[in-house]
Amino acid sequence: MDLHEYQAKEIFRGAGIPVPPGKVATTPDEAEAIAREFDGLVVVKAQVHTGGRGKAGGVKLAKTPEEAREHATDILGMDIKGLTVEKVLVTPGEDIDTEAYAAVLVNRETQAPMFMVSSEGGVDIEQVAEENPDALTKLHVDPRFGLLPHQAYELAVALYADAKLQRQAAKVMSQLYDAFMNAGASLAEINPLITTPEGEVKAIDAKVSIDDNELFRRPEIAAYRDSSSEPDAETKAREAGLTFIKLDGNVGCCVNGAGLAMATMDLVKFYGGEPANFLDIGGSSNPEKVVNALKIITADPAVKVILFNIFGGITRTDDVANGIIEAMKQIDIDVPIVIRLTGTNEEIALEILKDAGFEAYSTMDEVVKKAVDLATAAAPSGA
Amino acid sequence: MSIFIDNDTRLVVQGITGRDGSFHTTQMMEYGTNVVAGVTPGKGGQSFEGPGGRQVPIFDTMEQAVEQTSPNCSVIYVPPAFAASAIMEAADAGVPFIVAITEGIPVLDMARAHAYADDCGSRVLGPNCPGLITPGQSKVGILPGSIVMPGPVGVVSRSGTLTYEAVYQLTQNGIGQTTCVGIGGDPLIGTKFVDVLEKFRHDADTKAIVMIGEIGGTDEQEAAEFVKEHIDVPVVGFIAGQTAPPGRTMGHAGAIISGAAGTAAEKMQVFRDNGIAVAERPSDIGGLIKDALGV
Repeated sequence: MDLHEYQAKEIFRGAGIPVPPGKVATTPDEAEAIAREFDGLVVVKAQVHTGGRGKAGGVKLAKTPEEAREHATDILGMDIKGLTVEKVLVTPGEDIDTEAYAAVLVNRETQAPMFMVSSEGGVDIEQVAEENPDALTKLHVDPRFGLLPHQAYELAVALYADAKLQRQAAKVMSQLYDAFMNAGASLAEINPLITTPEGEVKAIDAKVSIDDNELFRRPEIAAYRDSSSEPDAETKAREAGLTFIKLDGNVGCCVNGAGLAMATMDLVKFYGGEPANFLDIGGSSNPEKVVNALKIITADPAVKVILFNIFGGITRTDDVANGIIEAMKQIDIDVPIVIRLTGTNEEIALEILKDAGFEAYSTMDEVVKKAVDLATAAAPSGA
Repeated sequence: MSIFIDNDTRLVVQGITGRDGSFHTTQMMEYGTNVVAGVTPGKGGQSFEGPGGRQVPIFDTMEQAVEQTSPNCSVIYVPPAFAASAIMEAADAGVPFIVAITEGIPVLDMARAHAYADDCGSRVLGPNCPGLITPGQSKVGILPGSIVMPGPVGVVSRSGTLTYEAVYQLTQNGIGQTTCVGIGGDPLIGTKFVDVLEKFRHDADTKAIVMIGEIGGTDEQEAAEFVKEHIDVPVVGFIAGQTAPPGRTMGHAGAIISGAAGTAAEKMQVFRDNGIAVAERPSDIGGLIKDALGV
């Protein structure tokens, strides 16, 4: 789960990182009032879950409260990479001497948290990694001991030559690590980490992504979820314990297991169709999950056929079969359903479906071909 | 022969009394796995009734289970909040091979658990994996026993159900398996493709290998290079996620480390460049293995 900048800054402030004050506005009036409160130069920043806000015109400097209001009027409602801006952060402008980069993330290869810092901040860090990899310092942390004091100092030395700045930066590194661990993050990033002419180190932008698996034990972080920033169907799917991603095609897919779900989408494409979604109903599926999955798939008007591909291991195929029957009772489904079920409790599942008048297929190729044929027949114009 | 598990495997089930734990313990016992103990805190002294009325003793702790029943393998069906702790408990008790089925364990919990298990000298398979099966001998995890048969093909996969798909097809084509291993779909897994390939390399009965990967990370690329350097038997590969939209699961910062996007197309190309036969569809896997084995 990605957090907004203002939320990430709250977490950073809580960990003691020096972050300039800031307040969130949802209307131009509020933006103007906040700017008046700060009494001076302010920055109005779009709060959306994507990078490149500056380039898109979503970050603007205002010298007066009136100007802050104008910028907020422009930015609120703006579309940035398909996302509508609903909130702006209004924060005092800072005098910047230098800009650096600092981040902690989980490295898959070393299976440990890793710091990445660079004295070249404020720019696209991927570009730095590609063009000038030596400018990027990496450091692994043993999660059992945390960031050790000498490691924090090493990172600070990589960023600054001045002893006073190094001391401040070492503290920020420790605080950033604490923020990362305490939030259950997969990424905590400061870009840029600035120094001011007065010799202060400050974080003026913040990005935090949370590991979804941490949310059950961190209700205060889970409350940060901004459902307005994702498609309605994805919110509903998440609440039902399903993994769902909306796509552009017309073959609705309901599969157990992420790998098989991806392979099913690939096969739909292989046979000339287009998948309408990625949907993994997960392990231990109960009938209710299937009901919810069908509700979500059928809510998409583009869907012309529903394709089930279930290979039971931990999922009992009779649970899925019962779910399909149950769903048919609860919701009106006016598109054809084609089903492939095999694996654990397959005999019981096929019996249940046969009794209810469904035809079940035995191979993935057969069922996908059938689904693509039905979708094509329902949309002869190729729409 | 086989890798990791065989007739000598003595299994302890952590979380034996839960819905999934009890269901799959029965399935494993029916398959012939030697389940010697179960662990559920608070239920020590009770016993689990398996198929045919066979009783499996339940212990409160792994330490007790290990002391009294000498297992050499553990399987974990514990809920996500407690699963990393269960892995460390098994490692601490001296279990050399720990199979973690649980899905949804926090990544930072696993960072600690992997480091801890490494220090104890234990190998972790998973988490978020279907486990493994050596046909005709032992199954640990949730792979359906009905779809496998003994034979010459080693199978290794990041996916659960997609593994069943491939294995089922081999079996339908009359081609059996030495061992089928699901390494798991989490970002931090204990046993990677190369670890399993290294085991297959030293298994004389494994005459061909099926490797099933997916988008994200660079384990497949690393595995492809390992195949070219060290594996003498034919390898057939499949990558899931050719139509997956970019940027949905891979973080901005993750792409920096890998230095590449980790797309299906890229992985398939690396497979081809390193002499691995690539299946376009899951249903092509059987045919490619047949060709490779000359049967």
